[in-house]
Formats: sequence, C-alpha cells, structure tokens
Amino acid sequence: MSNRTNTAGKDIRIKIRGLTKAFGPKVILNDLDLDVYAGESLVVIGGSGTGKSVLLKCMLGLLRPDAGSIEINGQEIVGLGSDDMEQVRRKFGMLFQYAALFDSLSILDNVAFGLTQAHGVPKKEAHRIALEKLSAVGLGERFASKFPAELSGGMKKRVGLARAIATTPETLFFDEPTTGLDPVMGDVIDQLIVKSVKELGATGLTITHDMDSAKRISDRIAMLYDGKITWVGPTNELEKTDNPYVHQFINGLLDGPIKISFANSDRAAG
Amino acid sequence: MPILQPLGNLTLRFLEIIGRLSVFAGTAISHCFRPPFYPKLILKQMIEVGYYSLPVVGLTAIFTGMVLALQSYTGFARFSAESAIPNVVIVSITRELGPVLAGLMVAGRVGAAMAAEIGTMRVTEQIDALYTLATNPFKYLIAPRVIAGVLTLPLLVLVADTIGVFGGYLVSVHKLGFNPATYIKNTLDFMENLDVISGLVKAAVFGFLITLMGCYHGFHSRGGAQGVGAATTNAVVSASILILISNYIITELFFSI
Repeated sequence: MSNRTNTAGKDIRIKIRGLTKAFGPKVILNDLDLDVYAGESLVVIGGSGTGKSVLLKCMLGLLRPDAGSIEINGQEIVGLGSDDMEQVRRKFGMLFQYAALFDSLSILDNVAFGLTQAHGVPKKEAHRIALEKLSAVGLGERFASKFPAELSGGMKKRVGLARAIATTPETLFFDEPTTGLDPVMGDVIDQLIVKSVKELGATGLTITHDMDSAKRISDRIAMLYDGKITWVGPTNELEKTDNPYVHQFINGLLDGPIKISFANSDRAAG
Repeated sequence: MPILQPLGNLTLRFLEIIGRLSVFAGTAISHCFRPPFYPKLILKQMIEVGYYSLPVVGLTAIFTGMVLALQSYTGFARFSAESAIPNVVIVSITRELGPVLAGLMVAGRVGAAMAAEIGTMRVTEQIDALYTLATNPFKYLIAPRVIAGVLTLPLLVLVADTIGVFGGYLVSVHKLGFNPATYIKNTLDFMENLDVISGLVKAAVFGFLITLMGCYHGFHSRGGAQGVGAATTNAVVSASILILISNYIITELFFSI
C-alpha cells in the first residue's frame, strides 16, 4: 500500500518493522513499518488519538512495544536494558509538547542539564554552551537566571528546543512543536527547528497534526492511520497523492474513509 | 461464580501492586548503591526532610512527653507509684512514641510533598524528559530522597526523643512537684541503649518507607491534577499504615525474646 519513494543509497537512521502496541484490548499501533533516513526531516501526521505519541515513545524507549523491532543506527532498541538504552538516548534530543522544563532549575541549568548530567561536561563549559544555544533560539542572557514558571509558552518551547540541541544530538524528536502557540510563534518555532536540524546535520522526526507546520519542516511526510503508516512520501507529493486518507486529512474533510466515532457526541455537542 | 470472580480480581490486583512495589523498591535500592551519586541533591533532601520537619516534630514530641507524664501520674498515683514516671516516659518515648509519632508527622509532611512533586513531574512529562536527557530518574530523583530519608529520620528521632523526655520533665517538675535532680537521675538510670537503638532502627526503616511511598505514588501518578492529588493521599495513607505495621514487626524482633 505504502507509496515509498526511492531513497536507495541513503543510510537508514531509524528502521521500524512490525511495531505493535496495545493498551488492554485497544490496539494502537498495528504492525507498523517506517524508515527514517539519516539527515532528513520526517514528519508523521495523523489525527488525535491515532498513536503518534505512542510511536514516538516507543522510539524513545519510554514505552515497550508488544511486538516488532526498532533499530537505531542498526542497533535494536526493543528490549534493551536501562543502562544500554541510556547510551542510545545520549544521541537523542527531544522537544516535548509542553516543553517539560524542570521547574526546580533555572533556564540555564535546564539547557545545560544533558551536558552536565549525561555527558560529563564541566559546569562552566556547559553553561557557556547553554548560553550559546539560548541565543541560537533567540533568548538573551537575561533569561538565563529565570525559572520556567516565569516564561510564556512560546519561550518555554524555545528553551525546550535549546535543551534538546544542547548536546548536539544525532536525532531530534519533536512532539507537536506548534501546539498551543499563536501562528507567528508557531512559524518561529518551525524555522528554529529547520535551522537547528540543518546546522547539526541531525535527523529530525516530528509528530504533529498541524499541516502548515508539517509542510514547513518536513522533507518527507508519513501519515499514520489505524495503527499503520498509510502513506509516506516527499512533502511536495503530498497534495498530488490519490491516497484517500491523506486527501481527507490534509483538506480537513468530513467525508472520506477516516471515520470519527460520534458515539458520545450528544454531550460533546450539547 | 459471580461472588468468587471479584474476589479473585481483587487478589490479583493486590498481588500486582505488591509485585510492582517490590520491583520499584528493588530498583530504588540498587540505585542507592550504584554511581553516579548526587551528594548535593541528597543534602538538599536531607534539609527538606530533617531540618524543615524539626518544628512540627518538636511540637509533637514535647506535647506527647508532657501528656505522657500527666496521664501516668493520674494513673500511678492510685498505687502510689508516681516515682515510676521518669521510667515510663523514657521507655515510651525512646521505644515507641518518638519514632512512631515523628514518622507519622514526616509521612504527612514529606511523603505528601514528594508524591506531589514527582507526580507533577510525571504528568508534565518532566520524568520522560529526564529519560530523554539520558538521566535515570531513579538515580536523580528517587535515590537521593530515599538515602536522605534513611539517614535523616534517625537524627530527627534523636531530637524528638530528647524533646519528648524534656516535655515529661517539664510537667513532672513544674506541675507535679518532682525534684529536678532526682527526675534527671532516674531518667538516666532507666535509659537503656537497646531502647534508643531500637527506636533509631525504626526511624531508619520509617524513613525508607515514607520516601519510598512518596516516590512510588508520585512516579506512578496518572491523569493530571486529580491523579497527583490521589497520589499524595495514597502516599500518606500507605506510608502511615506501613509505619504502624513495621513498627510492630521491629518491636517483635527486638523485644520478644
């Protein structure tokens, strides 16, 4: 079914095969296959509750899949022990949906956290790098000593981005980077993401349902529906595809193969 | 059948919780002994658990000692056994009341705070963030708290013991007309090393249980503010119950022979 583009010759950074995850009787991911190539920016789109976050958490090793395999740089991470997984995560950077900054630490310590804790960089050096990364996301030195609670949502996201790129990771994950932001700030975050991924030469994997954002930051787009990747291809082919799921999703149509259950809609609509 | 099924489900759920808790405790303990250690975080938690609990534990101890002396007097006066008051006070405070009351107060104060803090970190994805920054939350969050609890509670109980005995002294000397020198001499004569030590062992165990329950319920909290609230309640209730149960077991181990 999947409309794979010919990307032969590129290194596969993340290779997912047969990934299955269920919570009780509810199957979220069902025999899912996906390749993410080194140096590309792949965006996974899909409606709310289709399992985008579950997919991301499986890749980060925060959730254990029921079946299937996830290889990162050729290393199988499903079933890896916590110490080995920690080694794999050293090469990850992750921007959380609501930034997930440590509210007991200052902005500077938040950004420097990965460097000092996991990479053994001396504090002074880590703070220097952290200031550099903060200015890269457009936050001056005066923010360094503030605490997360003092910042707006957009600023938190930028600090989160600075924290994610501070350790110069090989792979960057973004969870709904523009959710909860105004369109201008969303655009700013998108540009920062593109810039950071390009500057680091990193591989980017983003999950979102914001189509404008997806088009801005992606080289390729994959659509998740019913626990599987129903379409994957270069961003410019997205509009041309005859895949009915993609067509319905990107145009926001009510009619189409994607059925939204209205079983409880009386109350919701009331 | 419909009667047995819920019973079976309940048993399975109970066993599941015991299993999860045991694995959690095992992981937490193993990380207490494996590097990297975080001395600064341990110190911060010790101040949180110990220093900031001093007022509430001190108040509890002094009034407990005072009421103990008063009650013993009203009881013992009937048998003209008033002179046993210093004995009753020192034994009761060091063996039981010091550790148990300090433990329960700290469970309310510290266990709740830990569950709320870690629970909030869980629901705001800060714990996931720790994982993605290649930092094990067991090492960074849980081990320092457990170590601080085990080290600090005995110190806190020593203070509580002293203040509690002093409370008994205050009432005996100033209200019941005991001779101060005799009261202190009797107290010291009756003080047994084993009584104090058993109290301190209890304190260390309570410190472990309080911090473990706070961390466990916080770590497994789900679903936003409500989940964090439930975690806080569960942490305090379960810590208190475990304190009372383990108190009996330790007493049995020390004094039943």
